[in-house]
Amino acid sequence: MPRLKARFDRLSHLFLPLSVLVILLLINLIKGADYFKITMVNRVLYGNIPNILFGASELVILSIGMTLVTAAARGQDISIGESGAISSAIFVQYVLNAGEVTIWTILVGLLISCVAGIVIGAFNGTLVSFFNVQPMVATLILFLGGRSIAFIIDGKVSPILANPISNQIGTVIKGVPIQTPIILTAVFIVIVSVVLKVTNLRLYVEAVGINPNTARLNGINPKRVIFLTFLLMGICSAVAGFIAVNKVGRHDSVNLLKFIMMDAILAVALGGNSLSGGKFSITGSIIGAYTIEVLNRTLLRLEVNPEAIKAFKAVFIIILMVLASPVVRVYAKKVMDKAKAFVAGKAARQTGRLKKAVVSITDSSVKKEE
Amino acid sequence: MGALNPNKTKTRMSNSTLLFIIAGIIFLVMYGIALLTFPLSFKQFQTFFDFFNLNAALFIVTLGMCIVMIGGGIDISVGAVCGLVTMACAVLLESGAGDIWDALFLSLGIGLAFGLMHGYLIAYLEIQPFIITLAGMFLAQGLLTTLHREPLNVTKPAFVALRSVRIEIPWLGTVNRLGVFIPCEIRPGVLVVVALVIIYAIMMKWSRFGRNLYSVGGNRQSARMLGINVKKTMFFSYVLCGLTAGISGFVFLITTGAGNIGNGSLFEMKAIAANVMGGILLNGGVGNLLGAPIGTLTLLTINELIRAAGVQSNLQAIVSGLLLYIFIMLQSIIMSLRDRKNFRLVLPSWLKLHRPVEGK
Repeated sequence: MPRLKARFDRLSHLFLPLSVLVILLLINLIKGADYFKITMVNRVLYGNIPNILFGASELVILSIGMTLVTAAARGQDISIGESGAISSAIFVQYVLNAGEVTIWTILVGLLISCVAGIVIGAFNGTLVSFFNVQPMVATLILFLGGRSIAFIIDGKVSPILANPISNQIGTVIKGVPIQTPIILTAVFIVIVSVVLKVTNLRLYVEAVGINPNTARLNGINPKRVIFLTFLLMGICSAVAGFIAVNKVGRHDSVNLLKFIMMDAILAVALGGNSLSGGKFSITGSIIGAYTIEVLNRTLLRLEVNPEAIKAFKAVFIIILMVLASPVVRVYAKKVMDKAKAFVAGKAARQTGRLKKAVVSITDSSVKKEE
Repeated sequence: MGALNPNKTKTRMSNSTLLFIIAGIIFLVMYGIALLTFPLSFKQFQTFFDFFNLNAALFIVTLGMCIVMIGGGIDISVGAVCGLVTMACAVLLESGAGDIWDALFLSLGIGLAFGLMHGYLIAYLEIQPFIITLAGMFLAQGLLTTLHREPLNVTKPAFVALRSVRIEIPWLGTVNRLGVFIPCEIRPGVLVVVALVIIYAIMMKWSRFGRNLYSVGGNRQSARMLGINVKKTMFFSYVLCGLTAGISGFVFLITTGAGNIGNGSLFEMKAIAANVMGGILLNGGVGNLLGAPIGTLTLLTINELIRAAGVQSNLQAIVSGLLLYIFIMLQSIIMSLRDRKNFRLVLPSWLKLHRPVEGK
């Protein structure tokens, strides 16, 4: 029993995002009972749930990287959309100039775009780790200038990716009943979880995030760990850009992954992670990312006035953060304890009264006997 | 020996002052470059005043952001609140339900409402400032689009009269080709900027709130040990920032005269960049309030310089990002040199007499 309780405590940070997700799904169910219905069209599964998984694939990948950066660097990277746009622009240019497109072309293109993402991550990471610039300020540089770089790489047009393989990556591969971005996201999540399980990355990142000086005294180089998380962030944004550009089928340097950093940071916070570094939970961030996608689709499904969607989203976030805030939690716990004490006290008083009654009865009987 | 030491009486320059001096030097250098490359336009005083005339709202937003950043927080909703205020005031004035005073009170009210919300949630419920102000930004944007979607031009005569007020400075100006003297003009928004800068600078330097805010931003724990009401101080910093954003919206409306969805967009990022250039760190506790207008001036000078140089529009963003990069690196290098105490090497040799000799 204590072991079960310990396991439950370890998973307690997932309580908030999971309960929100469940509430949102319930709202959807009340709106229409056929919410979970999955239909087979042309041997591919379609429905609300596959659509949510499909739509949130980039956000999930980016929020994984953002969790690592937030945990180690105690700040956020706001240039992820821009770095995704740049690396996917390089990918598109490689594929368009390669001539005949085979699966190898796409793979080499993905590799090159990952290298580009690593270079961008190295730029941000050098500023943050070796020059001690705050992460938000350091990534502000690319946030301001990144889209223009992607625009110039594109050759000042928005090139179209029209080949059968990238079309299949963006939608479905023939014979596979699940949309390809969902599979890619799942593969990415599996790789990340294996890396976290096998290596010491989690330990190092958490140690640096909790206290860089202590980590240094224990033989961990905090600068190198922060630099590493930014490199991983670069890979994540390159993969997200790859999926996004294949989904759309053309590279629009202005609108690709626009303002996605806000959603990614929100996903990290919804997942129960502190935005000021320290312990982190990738699972929480992933659930948070899916929750945001469900929220967006729920608002559309409830036929909220499209102009007011952002306001509703804001109200939802505020309510959620208030419920999750430490002060409210402590207060709720106090109220719960008081209620428990009251209930326990009432029970005790009742039993006490009974005892008294018994005593008085016995007393009286004793007196009678006398 | 100690009494003879002249070094003892001198206090070490604070980080705030050092960063402020760096910011000032950067601005002077940038303006000097501008003067050298485009003497005809930058020599005129009107060019300098136009920075204030056309960007008064950005200056005001930067001031509010500066206060929050000194307190160790961040408020990314300022741009959206500014846009919301312009649209709300435009709708109010156009519908004929209120006059200019009503619009002014409306703008102050909206700003105050957002500030109170942010302040309460961040200071008293201890929620992360980034998330709450992000939600505030979404809320303001959503309300803005629900209010009115199309651009709305204000045609109320009283407002148009206020808009076209120009204050002339008779002793400054230029003589044009025909030999006619044209005095420099100042718009009413500039007066608001100057008044706010003076009020806030006095407040941050001498008032109890300002000094508390520096210590709260520097180290919250030790501020509490000193008996400062940390929560109240943070609360007021966010309220002030919201109020300032409201004022900036009204000034924006006076400058452009129309409510539009794009009003004030990306102001938060520009304000952060300007504050960083002005020597105010995001960590909190460091920075001089006068750095905010100087940083904004640097940012605007750079933008104007790039535009005057005829750089392609898509390269402009890259060049300004690159310049921001150089300034951030410069600040970082100077601060790290100072930490290693190599910074004293530039001082004359008699100051180095009493330095402890290491290794003995």
